[in-house]
Amino acid sequence: MIDSHSSSGSKLVWVFFLLLFFAHQDFWFWSDDSLVLGFLPMGLAYHALFSVACSGLWAFACFRSWPEKLEQWADEDGVPGENPSST
Amino acid sequence: MNDIIFLASAGEPVTRTPLYVLMVYMGLLLALGILSSRFFRGTSKDYFVASQSIGPFMLLMSVFGTTMTGFALVGSSGKAFSQGIGTYGLMASWSGLLHSAVFFAIGIKLWSFGKKYGYVTQIQFFRDRFDSKQLGYLLFPILVLLIIPYLLVGLISVMKVVQPITSGMFPDTFGLPDKVLPNGKSITHPLSGGVPGWLSGLVVSTVVLFYVFFGGVRSAVWANTFQTVVFMITGVVAFYMIADKLGGVASAAEIVKNHAPDKLIREGSIGNWHFFSYLLIPLSVGMFPHLFQHWLTAKNAKSFRLTVIAHPICIAIVWVPCILIGIWAAGLYAAGDLRIPPLPGGGPNANAALATMVRTLVENPLLSGLLMSGILAAIMSSLDSQFVCLGTMFTNDVVVAAVGKEKYSDRQLIFLSRAFIVVIVLVSYFMALYLQGSSVFSLGVWCFSGFAALFPLVFAAVYWKRASLGGAVGCILATLVSWCYFFYQDIFLDAGAGHGEYLVQGVMPVTFVFLASAAGMILGSLLTEPPAKETIKKFFPTLS
Repeated sequence: MIDSHSSSGSKLVWVFFLLLFFAHQDFWFWSDDSLVLGFLPMGLAYHALFSVACSGLWAFACFRSWPEKLEQWADEDGVPGENPSST
Repeated sequence: MNDIIFLASAGEPVTRTPLYVLMVYMGLLLALGILSSRFFRGTSKDYFVASQSIGPFMLLMSVFGTTMTGFALVGSSGKAFSQGIGTYGLMASWSGLLHSAVFFAIGIKLWSFGKKYGYVTQIQFFRDRFDSKQLGYLLFPILVLLIIPYLLVGLISVMKVVQPITSGMFPDTFGLPDKVLPNGKSITHPLSGGVPGWLSGLVVSTVVLFYVFFGGVRSAVWANTFQTVVFMITGVVAFYMIADKLGGVASAAEIVKNHAPDKLIREGSIGNWHFFSYLLIPLSVGMFPHLFQHWLTAKNAKSFRLTVIAHPICIAIVWVPCILIGIWAAGLYAAGDLRIPPLPGGGPNANAALATMVRTLVENPLLSGLLMSGILAAIMSSLDSQFVCLGTMFTNDVVVAAVGKEKYSDRQLIFLSRAFIVVIVLVSYFMALYLQGSSVFSLGVWCFSGFAALFPLVFAAVYWKRASLGGAVGCILATLVSWCYFFYQDIFLDAGAGHGEYLVQGVMPVTFVFLASAAGMILGSLLTEPPAKETIKKFFPTLS
């Protein structure tokens, strides 16, 4: 398998991924109708913040676990004509 | 709320300025198509993957613009109108986590294979990976059939948006008979005098067709970038204008709290497992052929970084205002202060919620026109990629695969691609006319369900050496059979009638289609010959 990700960085990324995966199911706010800042329903505010956290996770992934070697491999000379149907 | 009445007032003159703004916007798109064609290098590689020259910002905008369609604006606000704030968690936050995960874990690998081996379509990759030319002939019609509902989502959204916003502008040409209320009183039809769906769909299809004709995927990327910027900015402006008209965001929220409090929570409208099972839908991006084509336009792998990081934030920027506008519309409607165009069977047409809010609350005709352009921008930024992609697939995966590339010149290949695009546009347009009354959200979910169910195919292809042709065929057939079964139950037998949404054992049908697909891949691979050593070496090289 092509895998040039830094192994410790990759593990951390997927640990955070799993944390967010389970945090998505926010049953604790299921019937909370309070308004954050006076206008944003709690369930929506939580998930908007969740989106920001996702962005943070993927920023971390890009800087700690970037597939450098895969990129180098792809940038080496291609194999022209390898795929008969390619243009 | 008695001082704010938004019911349409019959007989009032309605300015056509918003429509003129929209016409200027369409003109700009046509000009952009002509401009981008000046950069066209005349080769099929340039037409299909823009000679792999697209940098980070344009990649983000084109990928984001492509994934956000009428489904994101019209569907999300409509779903929030009927089901409340849980709509965001169902689609947007799952997408923030999983779209980027797919871009990071799958997209970069596929880009590297595309770069290395010269692919322009995902079927070329699957053919090589599973050592089978015939696999492409099995996959092609399935991908086309799944993409057509996606095109329909866009075209139906256009039809649903333009008519309410332009209502009253052409009372003589597009007038509709008055509606008679149960109490015998007759009122002006809310859509009377608006540009009808057949015309708005025709104009949008023609404009998109025009600019993809000129420059292929490069035109689509340029137009997507422009349109994504437009719809993100106009979305925020629409939100501000509507909130301002309602007396501020806090006042708007109060309306919902007083008249439609159920829209502020998920209790009663969305179950726990139902909510959880939506996680499978965003996996569809791993199998969207048009997204694969956009990935291949990237100049280098690092161009993906901005897309991976910023995608969840971009989703939030578009979806949070749409969800809020949807629940505000529900509050106003429940209070009797907003008239939403009805469905043929009675009841409000939730898909028209956004357009109705813009039409009735944004009083500046220039801004109203800009907002209409913004909504159409989101829709067209997906349509163009899908049109180009279908043309690319037909040319490369059917024609070239069958007779060989040497039979045709580059010019002929581009001609074939354009001809197929015209056919697809015509088919989609007439189907959209026929299905105008369908729910944009449901149609979108069925399309995404099919692509999501095929996710095990691409995941196994890049991560599982043992994945074989038998597994690929098992995966595709299991998806086809189970998807058709549940689709038939929902659409033809109306199994979800009365429950708001068709669920099986409390979860989305895609759960079972996905499980069948994964089982097909695993069993099919383990029960058949493993891939050849050369194939393994080609797609799983040892990197030093």
